[in-house]
Amino acid sequence: MAAAGGSGGCWFLALALGVSLLKCLLIPTYHSTDFEVHRNWLAITHNLPVSQWYYEATSEWTLDYPPFFAWFEFALSHVAKYFDQEMLVIQNLNYSSQATVFFQRLSVIFTDILFVYAAHECCRYVNGKRPGKELLEKPMFVLAVLLLWNFGLLIVDHIHFQYNGFLFGLMLLSVARLFQKRHLEGALLFAVLLHFKHIYIYVAPAYCVYLLRSYCFTENKADGSLKWSSFSFLRITLLGLIVCLVSALSLGPFAVLGQLPQVISRLFPFKRGLCHAYWAPNFWALYNAVDKTLAVVGIKYKFLDPEKIPKASMTGGLVQEFQHTVLPSVTPLATLICTFISILPSVFCLWFKPQGPRGFLQCLILCALSSFMFGWHVHEKAILLAILPLSLLSVESPKRAGIYLILTTTGHFSLFPLLFTPPEIATKILLMLLFTVYSFSSLRALFRKEGRLLNWLETIYLIALVPLEIFCEIVFPLTPWKLKFPFIPLLLTSVYCALGITYAWLKLYVSVLTESVTVRQKAE
Amino acid sequence: METMKLRGIGKKLLTIYPSNNVLIADLLVYIPAVILYCCYLKETSTKKKIASALCILLYPSLILIDYGHFQYNSVSLGFALWGVLFLSYDWDLLGSLAFCLAINYKQMELYHSLPFFCYLLGKCFQKGLTGKGLVLLIKIAFTVVASFVICWLPFCTEVEQILQVLRRLFPIDRGLFEDKVANIWCSLSVLIKIKNVMSPQTQLKLSFAFTFLTLLPACIKLTLQPSLRRFKFALVSCALSFFLFSFQVHEKSILLVSIPVCLMINEIPLMCTWFLLVSTFSLLPLLLKDGLLLAYVVTTLAFLTVCATSFSIFEKTSEEDLQLKSLSLSIRGYIPSFRAFPKIIKSLFIVSVTLMGILTLMSATLTPPQKLPDLFPVSVSVVSCLHFLFFLTYFNAIVLWDSRNGRNQKKIN
Repeated sequence: MAAAGGSGGCWFLALALGVSLLKCLLIPTYHSTDFEVHRNWLAITHNLPVSQWYYEATSEWTLDYPPFFAWFEFALSHVAKYFDQEMLVIQNLNYSSQATVFFQRLSVIFTDILFVYAAHECCRYVNGKRPGKELLEKPMFVLAVLLLWNFGLLIVDHIHFQYNGFLFGLMLLSVARLFQKRHLEGALLFAVLLHFKHIYIYVAPAYCVYLLRSYCFTENKADGSLKWSSFSFLRITLLGLIVCLVSALSLGPFAVLGQLPQVISRLFPFKRGLCHAYWAPNFWALYNAVDKTLAVVGIKYKFLDPEKIPKASMTGGLVQEFQHTVLPSVTPLATLICTFISILPSVFCLWFKPQGPRGFLQCLILCALSSFMFGWHVHEKAILLAILPLSLLSVESPKRAGIYLILTTTGHFSLFPLLFTPPEIATKILLMLLFTVYSFSSLRALFRKEGRLLNWLETIYLIALVPLEIFCEIVFPLTPWKLKFPFIPLLLTSVYCALGITYAWLKLYVSVLTESVTVRQKAE
Repeated sequence: METMKLRGIGKKLLTIYPSNNVLIADLLVYIPAVILYCCYLKETSTKKKIASALCILLYPSLILIDYGHFQYNSVSLGFALWGVLFLSYDWDLLGSLAFCLAINYKQMELYHSLPFFCYLLGKCFQKGLTGKGLVLLIKIAFTVVASFVICWLPFCTEVEQILQVLRRLFPIDRGLFEDKVANIWCSLSVLIKIKNVMSPQTQLKLSFAFTFLTLLPACIKLTLQPSLRRFKFALVSCALSFFLFSFQVHEKSILLVSIPVCLMINEIPLMCTWFLLVSTFSLLPLLLKDGLLLAYVVTTLAFLTVCATSFSIFEKTSEEDLQLKSLSLSIRGYIPSFRAFPKIIKSLFIVSVTLMGILTLMSATLTPPQKLPDLFPVSVSVVSCLHFLFFLTYFNAIVLWDSRNGRNQKKIN
């Protein structure tokens, strides 16, 4: 690799090519129902007029992404017809011929080019305090590997099957543009992204506050606080125009047809339960676990009447509303309030003490994590929303690197239940080991002089993931409890990871808030 | 009741780990051998060591045959590697033991037996047949015999049983070759139908003769001047001679040649990469039959990318880098235009890779004409065979014209 350092961009291309080849190898692996979801959307957008897109319900997997994604599927469907015409027939439910699988997988690999480009842009803005070292130890190289070869993105996109690659590419590209002070482009990219997948609304507060504070107010006072007189009407008008234009392009046709309520109801299905069938490792998983333990204890010690407890289990595999037995039940409004309260400190931090793009990135990560912790019906895949931006910070400071390691390892481990088929066991364990070993060793080498990245408690917690995995995958299926309590491995994984993720979230919050306090003290 | 329970548990285990068994065997034997070998390479930077290990582990053929076609070759190859590793530390007894285990696991390893034998014999001669050498010889002989006895003990009940085992191991009745192999006899049969011209006995004698004729020079030189470097090159040339000229060769036997070539990847990266690409290409008909086309393309591209970036193969094409300095000096006396050596090699490499790419594409997409149904497998075999002949001359040239011996040169492993 020493010789390749001379040819600058060569190593980046080699990394990108290598991971693309790995993705090609994953083409014949297991794919989840999400595969059928996207095939269905290809069929819907290809055959039906626009007015029918959000009403079509032949398949149970109705269109529940914003219009831009529907147009994207429409474009793809025109290429799909050269691979296999049959996949575009709406009635062909669960159709998955070899050509279909090949086409869909290839489309994910191809659209990942945007992610590769975004990673390239981000790598340029990484601040390496130690320049001029060997290639393998440069922060740029480490960041490129952590982004391009991210284990979570690989298994969610290329095995489980989704299109997160190019969406994260859009997000990282907008972050990179904000780093380059090209605010309008960043805003445009984010607005477009919102209309591709509305889950990114979790991080919208960070964008709004940052653009308002650091772009619309063009100057700061000497001590860094807000200078109200420097408000620029032109800039805010421009931003507003961009957002309105993008929304008009996306939702306009449906507003004209009077279908907006239907679209909204499809995009925000609140009829689903607090937790997915497999609890995402957030605060509500811990809440559920405590509730269940109290219920069991209560029945045993005769505090509760067994007749009054509902029989349906939360982990029965059905996505429906339920009631908690001991603790108060949680409504969507309650989760919204909790999320709002939890993002307030970081948003205040960004408003009162902006530290430029880096402060914005921290706020973005905290918003993503807080929404993950308290959101309604959160998918475990949403943890990637926090992990990928955190990679950018992890190569710059040892504190962030420690938090990154905890969050990434637990977050990736919590994705394991997505791949439950026997042939994928070896693949997922191997890839996870590769990524984890690399992230630990490279970050440790990068911050060799700063001492240890993790303390002993954190290390023990992470090492205990190994026996947990062995128990869940190997020991438990061979015990007699498998028939009586089939959900135990999921429960254990969820609760254990929830502990780690909560800890990482709190640690990041504390470090961001204390940093801003020290900045304020220095300024004074 | 208990047996039923145990059987149920056993079945469950098998369903969880059907194809993961090969991985376990790999992890236990082959991968540690590769990593240890690269760790202890002398006079190479850490980066080169890691790059070598990565390239060896990424070698496509072994991955495709073991995991795709499904075999356990990595165990015997791993044992042979352990043998080479031990010998490079002068632990001759452990080395011979490891190699005997390799042979008793898969008799194809006999292809490597001559170099091991000649190298150890040469070492004994060097130490003097009257003193230390004789002691060493006796110790090695004892180790070999003991390991064979232990392995064969369950079958030693009757002579008939041993003969039956031997008959199964060496199926002489099957004929000179089967299917399409990148072997001289198969390629020659395009021009002359050897099977019709000669009787089976003559065929056997002819292949014997050619095999030993082509590997004798290297073996003799190894016995007279044993050095580790010459030993490794001899492994390659002997195995290649066996592959090209021997009886009833399977195309998978190319693995026996490729693994020793992998060991030299940090010394002559261009030729090794080239050879390894050709060896994978020669397996193409087999891989197509098994539906492994995608895996083949992806792993070969990955291998080529990693080797090209780690070793910058296109810059190191001079005679010195290809270890042919002494030979080219002598040739230059006769053919002055030999100076353009690097360019010739580079262009040959590019032509060869392009040719292989085109043939892969054609085999995968086109259907052969009615009159020549085996057109593509045969062309793959013939092209690979020509390449292998070229490599045979190359590796033999290195062994024979290599004027360095182990004593008065700096130690290069």
